[in-house]
Amino acid sequence: MEIFGFPPQLILGQVLIGLINGSFYALLSLGLAIIFGLLRVINFAHGALYMMGAFAAWMTQAWLGLNFWAALVIAPLAVGLFGLVVERAFLRSIYHLDHLYGLLLTFGIALLIEGMYRYWFGAAGKPFTTPDVFRGIWDLGFVIVPKYRGFVVLASLVTCLAVWLLIERTRLGSYLRAATENPDLVSCFGINVSLLTASAYVLGAALAGLSGVLAAPIYQVTPLMGTNLIIVVFAVVVTGGMGSLSGAIITGYGMGVIEGLTKVFYPAASSVVIFVVMALMLLLRPAGLFGKEA
Amino acid sequence: MPDPVLSVTDLHAWYGESHVLHGVTLDLKEGETLAILGRNGAGKTSTLRAIMGVIPRRSGSVKIHGRETIRQKSHAIARLGLAYVPEERGIFASLTAQENLLLPPVISPGGLAIEEIYELFPNLAERRNSPGTRLSGGEQQMLAIARVLRAGGRTIFLDEPTEGLAPVIVERIAEVVAMLKTRGYSMLLVEQNLAFAQAVADRTCVMEHGHIIETFTAADADSHAASLQNHLGV
Repeated sequence: MEIFGFPPQLILGQVLIGLINGSFYALLSLGLAIIFGLLRVINFAHGALYMMGAFAAWMTQAWLGLNFWAALVIAPLAVGLFGLVVERAFLRSIYHLDHLYGLLLTFGIALLIEGMYRYWFGAAGKPFTTPDVFRGIWDLGFVIVPKYRGFVVLASLVTCLAVWLLIERTRLGSYLRAATENPDLVSCFGINVSLLTASAYVLGAALAGLSGVLAAPIYQVTPLMGTNLIIVVFAVVVTGGMGSLSGAIITGYGMGVIEGLTKVFYPAASSVVIFVVMALMLLLRPAGLFGKEA
Repeated sequence: MPDPVLSVTDLHAWYGESHVLHGVTLDLKEGETLAILGRNGAGKTSTLRAIMGVIPRRSGSVKIHGRETIRQKSHAIARLGLAYVPEERGIFASLTAQENLLLPPVISPGGLAIEEIYELFPNLAERRNSPGTRLSGGEQQMLAIARVLRAGGRTIFLDEPTEGLAPVIVERIAEVVAMLKTRGYSMLLVEQNLAFAQAVADRTCVMEHGHIIETFTAADADSHAASLQNHLGV
């Protein structure tokens, strides 16, 4: 049985790879969408935060001798804490200014972080071993799933769902959503909006940090790992609709799968297909898939 | 004599370089309804916003239940028992009517329960799952008042609650305000609708160019009618 001339195992294999890449796209664009949605800041430092998460995982293993599970908890916390410092020290001063300042500031912070990590750790990759429990594969019959990669997809799905529920279905989430529309009024209800905005940035940063830990066993841990990824993540967020959380998640996985399938049917286009999709979306529906018309 | 609920002395406020309040002095007694009248641009809304702490740059003294709040942030000020119903109503588009109603956290005991609120405002009960902005102007105004009643603040700031509403809705709002008066709420009412304000206010003050130029009680309203026309007329 062949689909368009290709064996189904090949297609399913690429869909799986697409889901894995999509897991990272989804987690990272979710963080970006939260930060843009509430703070109206285009967080160019997101790739650097992701890289910091991967390095934190490596440090937990190489310097502290702890296992993967410890890294999974420590890295997002550490990156989240760093995010808090960035938000309090820098971002707070520019909220009232044009969006462009947020972009420039976070871009500068990204360059700073990446430069420092390159200075400290060099440009070569750091080794990070896949945890033992995830060595091997799950044979599902119609497709073979390497255990760790299956875990990445599951972990990201669970995280995306949990964060979505937190923001769309809880009280705290409704405060966040209301503060996006009218922060002064929300403050007049007795809610500390300044604390909310800091929390939003910390949450976004922690999500980036988590993505970094998950990435460490699969991708090379280098200071530049974020720069390659950040542009793709921006394309995902724009296509999904700026500030839409469900848009970020669904488009993240979707783009990953589209990229994977393109590798089967037209490999030459696989590195640009995401941007082609974004360009088409901007032409047909500028607000994005789930975005609200401004 | 108990402390006034609100005591504002020589309040100045700036939006950037623009000096919008030039020394506002007023006080609001417990259970009293004070109306603030004035032309557009006189500084009425700015006064409410300055008391709430939303205008960052201010000077002078604002005492709430005797506590000085001029250095405090708006979320801390609100928790002293203030309830703000803004001019633009501030109904959140991304929330349903019920979510809007439940949004402000309860800051003081004694707020109305949901059932009581839906009894008072039955059309809000009907529209509870509609997105906030699908409600009519009158319904949005009711919702803006209802949600602060649930939160429990006993000092209510109403900024032009009747603006742009049909006479029959204005009647309804007048009924709500009268009910709040009998329940002992203290209210600061900013209005351009003279008749509405005179019907509910115990005292009235008139603002012009960022400060209060006269204050009179309901009993003296008639003798001030002419000067009012003067100050409020276009």
